[in-house]
Amino acid sequence: MTERTAETPTTEQGADSRPPRRARNGVSAAAPARHVPENGARASGRSFTIVAWTVLIIFAVLWLIPSLWAIKTSLTDNGVSAVGAGAILKDWNLTFASYYTLLSAGNIWNWYLASFVTASLTTIFAVLFSAMAAYALSRLRFRGRNVIFLLFIGGILVPPQVLIVPIFQMLNIGGLLNTYWAVILPQIPTVISVFVFKQFFDGIPRDFEESARIDGAGYWRSFRSIIMPLSRPVMAAMAIVTFVGTWNNLILPLFVLSNPKLMTIPVGLATVQGSYGQRLSDIQASSILGALPLVILFLIFQRRIVEGFAGSGLKG
Amino acid sequence: MTATAEFQSATPVARPTRDDEAGSPRTKGMSRAGWLFLAPFGIFYVLFLIWPVIYMVITSFFNTTMIKNGFGGFAGFANYQEMLTKPEFWSAMWHTIQFTIYTTPPLVILAFVFAVLANRAQHGQWFFRLAFFVPFILPSAAIALIWTFIFTPGTGLWNSFQSLLGDDAPLPVLGTPSIAMVGIAITTVWWTIGFNFVLYLAGLQDIPRELYEAAAVDGASPWQQIRSITIPLLNRTTTLVILLQIVASMKIFDQVYLMTAGGPGISTQVLLGLVTTTAFTDYRVGAASAASVLLFIVILLITLVRQLIVRAQERREATR
Repeated sequence: MTERTAETPTTEQGADSRPPRRARNGVSAAAPARHVPENGARASGRSFTIVAWTVLIIFAVLWLIPSLWAIKTSLTDNGVSAVGAGAILKDWNLTFASYYTLLSAGNIWNWYLASFVTASLTTIFAVLFSAMAAYALSRLRFRGRNVIFLLFIGGILVPPQVLIVPIFQMLNIGGLLNTYWAVILPQIPTVISVFVFKQFFDGIPRDFEESARIDGAGYWRSFRSIIMPLSRPVMAAMAIVTFVGTWNNLILPLFVLSNPKLMTIPVGLATVQGSYGQRLSDIQASSILGALPLVILFLIFQRRIVEGFAGSGLKG
Repeated sequence: MTATAEFQSATPVARPTRDDEAGSPRTKGMSRAGWLFLAPFGIFYVLFLIWPVIYMVITSFFNTTMIKNGFGGFAGFANYQEMLTKPEFWSAMWHTIQFTIYTTPPLVILAFVFAVLANRAQHGQWFFRLAFFVPFILPSAAIALIWTFIFTPGTGLWNSFQSLLGDDAPLPVLGTPSIAMVGIAITTVWWTIGFNFVLYLAGLQDIPRELYEAAAVDGASPWQQIRSITIPLLNRTTTLVILLQIVASMKIFDQVYLMTAGGPGISTQVLLGLVTTTAFTDYRVGAASAASVLLFIVILLITLVRQLIVRAQERREATR
């Protein structure tokens, strides 16, 4: 693909759209006569393009196979799926029976509700509270501020998963086990968001607020009507990251929820293997149904999601 | 928000600077506002982060159980001693490290390759994002169902493919102690590569295009460009990716719990799995806390090493 640079080092946008198409057409298409620097770069550029595209396409297909396999199985009769991979591949009498079973009889609607309620509430509280904390750290000078700052930095080092036992104990003492609150409350302190917000707020010129402050607006107003609107993109990114993280959290709801009616999607899915036994199509259908809301979310907020995860460096 | 009135009454000033002389009415108002803004987050931070850490450390020195209230009898270092001399602990530690060793190289190298290649593709970016990134945002439980199914002994997709290649009696991946962790690793690579992929894509965007153009004018082949421009300039991204990867691997729980439950036997039991089993199956909170503290220390050490490496890298770049 660097043929672009090798062949036409001076062309900008025009050449950009060409390399992939050219690559797909193979070798012959890769040699339009232009003023080419005559050296080895061109030949190796061509072989690079071919190799690169082959590798990329092979891996992309490889990466899609598991999902496609699950989708295909979910659309196959349970009886056929039980026979094995060959049978699933050969049978093309597609049926929505598994989806029908799950959506009409299973607990899946309860799981959706639980995931939606817990993820939404956690996100609202987490984003609002961490933005407020970040505002205090970014804009307000007060004694103890540096200590708080250090305490928050320390919090980045603490992986919440490791705290599952003490958090369980606390929720137990508080009588919150088997409530949505047991899933929501412990996930509110998202320290990374505080730092992401603070960094963003630090970049907003103070003049905006100062002119407002002269008009008599207090800190809360300047936060709400100046900082928050200006921070919409970063707030959206952090909201989505938090939402996805909460929605997908397994370990916390797994241990604090045991009532099947309250289970979130991940916990519910964790029980599927045991309770559906040989109904392999149903199992795959439940996996697809569990994944669906996030795929939709991705399709809507593609850019924000990618930016959010890349920007926060959040993993696992 | 009852605090609104409070914030609004703060004296309007022209320039908030770092004048910290306590006592002036302005600083007082700002101070109060500061704490009020911090309070909501701070309360949850103390309740669900700081206090659990303290509680974990305290209970690790007691024979705390799930059955009885309170801390139970003082145990001194007995919990730690038990953990550090217990074969199960070291086996879980080894499996965690094993998992890290299996997953980190492919997750870094493949993500790099995918990102470099996809970045050069001017068309079809969405397709590669869809293929590589979407699995990352799906729940681990959905992933586990898909891959457990693929690894179904004998009739699953994986074993069927092996039979097709001529292996008459392919081993059940998740049912064979020696390769069960490989199955979990494959699943994890498939699941989480998207995260590293987008980190690399972000890093690639920061490399000025002129560098490549200049190199091309000098007759550098694409391979040479990748070797001498892309790889060195992505150094910091690579460090970040590797260290985030290692820390994330140390916390592995979901895939193991969902796919093998630590089995067969304890051949895939990992540290966090040991912690939860000790607490929620054996009801031994004290011992589980000791194991958590040990895991926490390991993660902390890795993070500190990460800080040192990043610092050193920044210093090197500053002097360059």
